[in-house]
Amino acid sequence: MNAPTYNFAYLDEQTKRMIRRAILKAIAIPGYQVPFASREMPMPYGWGTGGVQVTAAILGPDDVLKVIDQGSDDTTNAISIRKFFGKTAGVATTTSTTDATVIQTRHRIPEASLHAGQVLVYQVPIPEPLRFLEPRETETRRMHALAEYGLMHVKLYEDIARFGHIATAYAYPVKVNARYLMDPSPTPKFDNPKMDNCAALQLFGAGREKRIYAIPPYTTVVSLDFEDHPFTRYRFDAPCALCGADNSYLDEIVTDDKGGRMFVCSDTDFCEQRQAAGHHGTESAAPHKEKAHV
Amino acid sequence: MTTIAEMPAGFADKVLSAQSTFRSVMDAMARPGSVQRVAASVGTPAGMMRGAAAIALTLFDHDTPIWLDAAMSATPDVARWLKFHASAPVVTDSAIASFALIGDAANLPALERFAFGSSEYPDRSTTLILQVDSLTQGPAFELKGPGIDGSALLQAMIKPRDLFQRLSINEALFPRGIDVVLVHDDNIVAIPRTTRLIASGV
Repeated sequence: MNAPTYNFAYLDEQTKRMIRRAILKAIAIPGYQVPFASREMPMPYGWGTGGVQVTAAILGPDDVLKVIDQGSDDTTNAISIRKFFGKTAGVATTTSTTDATVIQTRHRIPEASLHAGQVLVYQVPIPEPLRFLEPRETETRRMHALAEYGLMHVKLYEDIARFGHIATAYAYPVKVNARYLMDPSPTPKFDNPKMDNCAALQLFGAGREKRIYAIPPYTTVVSLDFEDHPFTRYRFDAPCALCGADNSYLDEIVTDDKGGRMFVCSDTDFCEQRQAAGHHGTESAAPHKEKAHV
Repeated sequence: MTTIAEMPAGFADKVLSAQSTFRSVMDAMARPGSVQRVAASVGTPAGMMRGAAAIALTLFDHDTPIWLDAAMSATPDVARWLKFHASAPVVTDSAIASFALIGDAANLPALERFAFGSSEYPDRSTTLILQVDSLTQGPAFELKGPGIDGSALLQAMIKPRDLFQRLSINEALFPRGIDVVLVHDDNIVAIPRTTRLIASGV
């Protein structure tokens, strides 16, 4: 008896062709959201159906796949997507950023710098940066056509008027190749500078919203700001409690019910590599403080 | 009359050949000016190079109207092969084509005859697949743009010789425009609409 098998990487070939054509147009028009006929995937929306479809369309048997969720290789989402491609495509998987050829990510960009030949696939919930400012798709499409992005500057200005600084902390809007306004997916704005002039190809997939967009390697990506309120990124003002890193993005871990907390690297691979290299943190709690990071 | 038995084969392994060919095209598009190789073995109808045939089987299907130039449509072989292997409709109106296959690039029609997409949907444009004489030798073209670290040097024998001058309309039209994939045998080079010519020499 022949056991039923999946097509390589789950998707049928016609779907892959359709996604592949969208990816090529996305690369040719950096930052522009290409509509595509997103399929139902065997996981709910919000779990990375867009990223999974992009990964499925590009993945080959020689690829080495890494999947991260908020920087971590071992959360449910990351493990289940890694297993999904292990099962349907038989590809090798890794947790090492350097060894991976394809990295699918939810809400973080790895700390280790990416190299040429790698592909970073983002899972995107809301691809349209202007959506919460203008709900009509016809209007946002027109605004992109005319490069009419004043509304986003008004939004950032309102942040300054109300809070004294740009309070947008994640999904911070960027301009790609000096043309398209783009939502970098809900990555912390700490990660925004890593998208600029990156050696790796960056692909973005939004399954529910049916959009694919891309940043080719070595492309200018500028975070929006004002001359008197330049773009600043923040991190918790503490070294990582496990590896002592003072330049990585930190997660806050609550350790007891008396207000105890510690700060550890959000990128688990980065943290483990550092610990393996002999770096150690205090493994103790730190007070809650934030500082601009340059 | 060509029978099915006489028709050149498609990919030996549809799934993995299409995947590896796509990665070559994607790498080419992400790194304009770099020469990528199509490794998959594929049958070719008369007049079609291996690279072009592999790209056709990777990206064409019933959703993509294809326009063939005079060289490609000189015999019905190419259209018949595309129809059999890719189910792609061959159209006579180049302005509605998703892809245009150009066998005789010296007689490339005016670019205005192809689709540029609209300002709202710049992705609805024609991708040109242009067969050229060489992608490793010939005059040098210095390119810049997204995907290129500084500048990239392409040495190629391209007809029409003024291809890059004609593609300069991409600068004025952007985000509308024409994306080009140059093919010679199993080598491919992509020139997306963001790529600009800095200098060309001999």
